[in-house]
Amino acid sequence: MTGARRVTESALGRLGLSGRALVVAVPLVWLLVFFLIPFLVVAKISLSEVTIARPPYLPLLEWDGLRATLNLNFENYAYLWNDPLYGNAYLFSVRVAFVSATLALLIGFPMAYYIARSPEPRRTLLLTAVILPFWTSFLLRVYAWQGFLRSNGVINNTLISLGIIDTPIVMLQTDFAVYIGIVYTYLPFMILPLYANLVKLDDSLLEASADLGGRPVATFFYVTLPLSMPGIIAGFMLVFVPAIGEFVIPELLGGPNTLMIGRVLWNEFFANRDWPVASAVAIAMLVVLVVPIMALRSAQARAEEKR
Amino acid sequence: MKRGIFLPLVTVLGFVFLYAPILSLIVFSFNESRLVTVWGGFSTRWYGQLFRDPQILNAAWISLRVAVVSASIAVVLGTLVAFVLMRFGRFRSRALLTGMATAPLVMPEVITGLSLLLLFVSMEQLLGWPAGRGETTIIIAHITFCLAYVAVVVQSRLAGMDQSVEEAAMDLGARPVRVFFDITLPIIAPALVAGWLLAFTLSLDDLVIASFVTGPGASTLPMVIFSKVRLGVSPDVNALATIIIGIVALGVGIAMWQMRRAIRRDRE
Repeated sequence: MTGARRVTESALGRLGLSGRALVVAVPLVWLLVFFLIPFLVVAKISLSEVTIARPPYLPLLEWDGLRATLNLNFENYAYLWNDPLYGNAYLFSVRVAFVSATLALLIGFPMAYYIARSPEPRRTLLLTAVILPFWTSFLLRVYAWQGFLRSNGVINNTLISLGIIDTPIVMLQTDFAVYIGIVYTYLPFMILPLYANLVKLDDSLLEASADLGGRPVATFFYVTLPLSMPGIIAGFMLVFVPAIGEFVIPELLGGPNTLMIGRVLWNEFFANRDWPVASAVAIAMLVVLVVPIMALRSAQARAEEKR
Repeated sequence: MKRGIFLPLVTVLGFVFLYAPILSLIVFSFNESRLVTVWGGFSTRWYGQLFRDPQILNAAWISLRVAVVSASIAVVLGTLVAFVLMRFGRFRSRALLTGMATAPLVMPEVITGLSLLLLFVSMEQLLGWPAGRGETTIIIAHITFCLAYVAVVVQSRLAGMDQSVEEAAMDLGARPVRVFFDITLPIIAPALVAGWLLAFTLSLDDLVIASFVTGPGASTLPMVIFSKVRLGVSPDVNALATIIIGIVALGVGIAMWQMRRAIRRDRE
């Protein structure tokens, strides 16, 4: 060890900093400053009053030279509670996310199963094909659906030219389009954890079940499904949680009445410039999200234990 | 399960569902007509228009710069997080670090964007930094949410590698820093590349967070695309999409080919 290094190390040691602590401190401080503290700022601003200024909110703590006054304002939360628009947007977001995650599971499970049971060169190829769309722009893929679903879009044009319908079906700017968009975007997130789980499925268990006279349907419900529960829960969470806060999909594919909570927050912030209410929406959204995340986490822990 | 028609059928339909919109995007980017969905003959005029649009070129340049810088810093910080969590055993702030490193993965983008913007505004009031918002604030925001993804990728690689090599080096008297740079780093290098590519893609793709934390003059490519798409049909966006898809397909193709070659070499 060189002398200089020993000197710096003992100096750092006196400050209570070893090299080890320094390695921990760098990412820890970064995340504290840019991830945790921002939430405290949001919580703080959700309690302040909106005003026409830059930035557009009043300070919580006022200092007039003699004493400080704390102005806590719970109006924003009362406003969220009393205006049915917000409650409805929350419920609608949870419903859309739940239905989309279920649809993604129904499509994704057979696909993941088929891929996991495929022989080798085909398996990697199919798996790559599942991941490939994820690497291209999400925004552009949602835009592609606009071209598919609009009244003079690909689907309607095809159906009309085949003579199946004579007036175009309205699909764009409906809730239906939002479901399609979410299932489409998040399907790979459902397939990957399911695949990772199903590929480990022991064939001998399926054979044992068949030898004991279990019909394929019975084998599926009594062997395959319980064993793949951790994958199902992981996939469900990866679709359900981000879908609740989705902004781009309802904005581009939904109608003006498709009010999902992420879109409400965006409008409060960008259109109404009401930062305190936007912050209150964010805090309420976090509270709403914590419940399903906790529930799914504990369900997953239980499923893992059972294996 | 029975060797039926059901599984292959669903799989084929699933892939049609995943790829049909992308294919139609590509086909109609070569359309002469201004209508994106009615075929009017083959043409490359939208590509020409794209390369003469200073707004798009400028935004693409900003996006690339932001993505390269934030992916590179996110790889460093994300690797530190992964290494600390996998190799340091118990330490006081472990639970806090684990929580903060995984929460960004499930955090809705609107919340991340809003909270970072409010932080930047408050910091500017209190400390005078960052003065205004723009590329720097977008980079900070992207590093923060990308490092969580990098940490996941690197952690799984660290969990999969043979730790006895590190222990052997340690036993032979190598200092921890030396062990990290001479042993661990070369072994986990593929994960760093994968993490960098993932962070780069996520940064290049982000609309919501960047919209919150940007300032005047710093419009990223997704922001320009979004405002174009919102105003209605724009065939030049199809052309742009085709270029991006082409680059990605090429990249993935090369990666797969390399992987195959590596596997074949291993076998021999």
